[in-house]
Amino acid sequence: MGSRASTLLREEEIEEIKKETGFSHSQITRLYSRFTSLDKGENGTLSREDFQRIPELAINPLGDRIINAFFPEGEDQVNFRGFMRTLAHFRPIEDNEKSKNPTASEPLNSRTNKLLFAFRLYDLDRDDKISRDELLQVLRMMVGVNISDEQLGSIADRTIQEADTNGDNSISFNEFIKVLEKVDVEQKMSIRFLH
Amino acid sequence: SQNFLPFILKQKLKMNNLLLFFMFSWATLRIERGMSIIDSMPLWAAPAIIAREPTSLEEEIKEIRRSGSNKDLDAAPEFEMSDIFYFARRGVESIMDDEVTKRFSAEELESWNLLTRSNYNFHYISLRLTVLWGLGLLIRYGFLLPLRVTLAFTGVGLLVFLTSVVGLLPNGRMKNFLSEKVHLMCYRICVRALTAIITYHDSENKPKNGGICVANHTSPIDVIILASDGCYAMVGQIHGGLMGVIQRSMVKACPHVWFERSEVKDRHLVAKRLSDHVEDKSKLPILIFPEGTCINNTSVMMFKKGSFEIGATVYPVAIKYDPRFGDAFWNSSKFGMVNYLLRMMSSWAIVCSVWYLPPMSREEGEDAVQFANRVKAAIARQGGLVDLLWDGGLKRGKVKDTFKEEQQKLYSKMLVGTQEDRSRS
Repeated sequence: MGSRASTLLREEEIEEIKKETGFSHSQITRLYSRFTSLDKGENGTLSREDFQRIPELAINPLGDRIINAFFPEGEDQVNFRGFMRTLAHFRPIEDNEKSKNPTASEPLNSRTNKLLFAFRLYDLDRDDKISRDELLQVLRMMVGVNISDEQLGSIADRTIQEADTNGDNSISFNEFIKVLEKVDVEQKMSIRFLH
Repeated sequence: SQNFLPFILKQKLKMNNLLLFFMFSWATLRIERGMSIIDSMPLWAAPAIIAREPTSLEEEIKEIRRSGSNKDLDAAPEFEMSDIFYFARRGVESIMDDEVTKRFSAEELESWNLLTRSNYNFHYISLRLTVLWGLGLLIRYGFLLPLRVTLAFTGVGLLVFLTSVVGLLPNGRMKNFLSEKVHLMCYRICVRALTAIITYHDSENKPKNGGICVANHTSPIDVIILASDGCYAMVGQIHGGLMGVIQRSMVKACPHVWFERSEVKDRHLVAKRLSDHVEDKSKLPILIFPEGTCINNTSVMMFKKGSFEIGATVYPVAIKYDPRFGDAFWNSSKFGMVNYLLRMMSSWAIVCSVWYLPPMSREEGEDAVQFANRVKAAIARQGGLVDLLWDGGLKRGKVKDTFKEEQQKLYSKMLVGTQEDRSRS
């Protein structure tokens, strides 16, 4: 109990996270509970091993890439703020948010930011382009050993052909958005909370 | 069982029981009043945070593609960039809430039960509650704990002494009779030592000789709870120290199945000894916990198939603890045995229900794994627990790669399958 008291969430922090991510008060405390239960080292941050301990995540073919999304460039630990900031991408878009002040910065769970999250799963080197190699890597992770290199290669080529509009043989973020313009991103990249 | 105790001891136990009964009722009333204060506050912990639909990989990905494609589905390409949405969302869902990791830590209560150990989000609420808590602390540590520790030492001491004495007798009906009485009496003293309030249901289904009793595992106390209502042959590894002393003297009075550490790894040896035991109808039913490790009593995890391969009749038993009076789950990575027992003995009480389910046997065409799952489902249903396929071994070990490979295979079928259809048309 003593060690928990030192990692308790203060009200000001909750307010800041609320403003930044849009989660409600109860959702934040609930996720804080979850964060501390994953934090086996009890030092207020999560490492990659902490995530890999979740069996359902460990068996997800894109598990490692998803875990990567939580860690900023070059870092090995993520604190609760960073944790929430990444999870915020999956918050459902509410109607009343669309009418908010247009000069305010884009919320983390906007359609564009959800697409950016998915884009970054492909774009490992963060050069804002999905190269053929990067696409192949992700495809390989998703299919395992079940499809041959040639077949996978032709799938990748076909995909780039369809998406690439400026002929540089890679997919930029704008081309990515164009390809997926009809997909119901708001629903498919959102996780519904029960409270 | 109490005929063997001298009259004075009997009176003392009676008085203790009465006293405990009053303390317990008073404590219950206070807890309930305390709970009504807390009910007006926001919930400490809700059972699930996110809504997870149990749709399959194929269904979900098809839906994503359908929404994004204005092309005819037959002519749709095998791979869509939006396919990763499925994996991304599933992955983040499991980060927010998963079915497995929460089974290895104590169950979160909806209201506080005045034990600091169950208080995860401690806020100072009111002076009244703090005073109640302080009073509770005094009673539990000042009165209940010393009383229970004395009883525990008595129970264990008598067990070791009396089983050794009975062990001196020649094998025969007298020995078995006395051994039964001794075991039952000592376990019942231990039950008092924990103030375990147990309700046994359907005792007509109690395990018989030549059978195997299987139950869900939450703590070492499970053994005491079951063995105080019936006689079993225990199965386990020989330990050193006090545990080893108890084990060695118990086996003098009646045949338990203890394994050396090296023998535990040899599955055939284990299976042989168990089947030899069940074939001898004069020997007591074996007690086994097929999960292999302690789970926090909200779910039943994968049953190891070893006990289900032997071919004996299986007597399933479901044990459900009421966490409001004291959490019986032993988190062995957090607490040692002694620490755990002290915590048990300084809780309010251990309240649990035991259901003896009707016996089951392996059916025609059913293999050991399917049989094990059937028994597990019956136990989960009766105890109101979640039936999980995950292995309790995930508490300490990593998950096997085969699960990931299954998902990859499923997804590959989606990509390659369309190609086959195309070549056909």
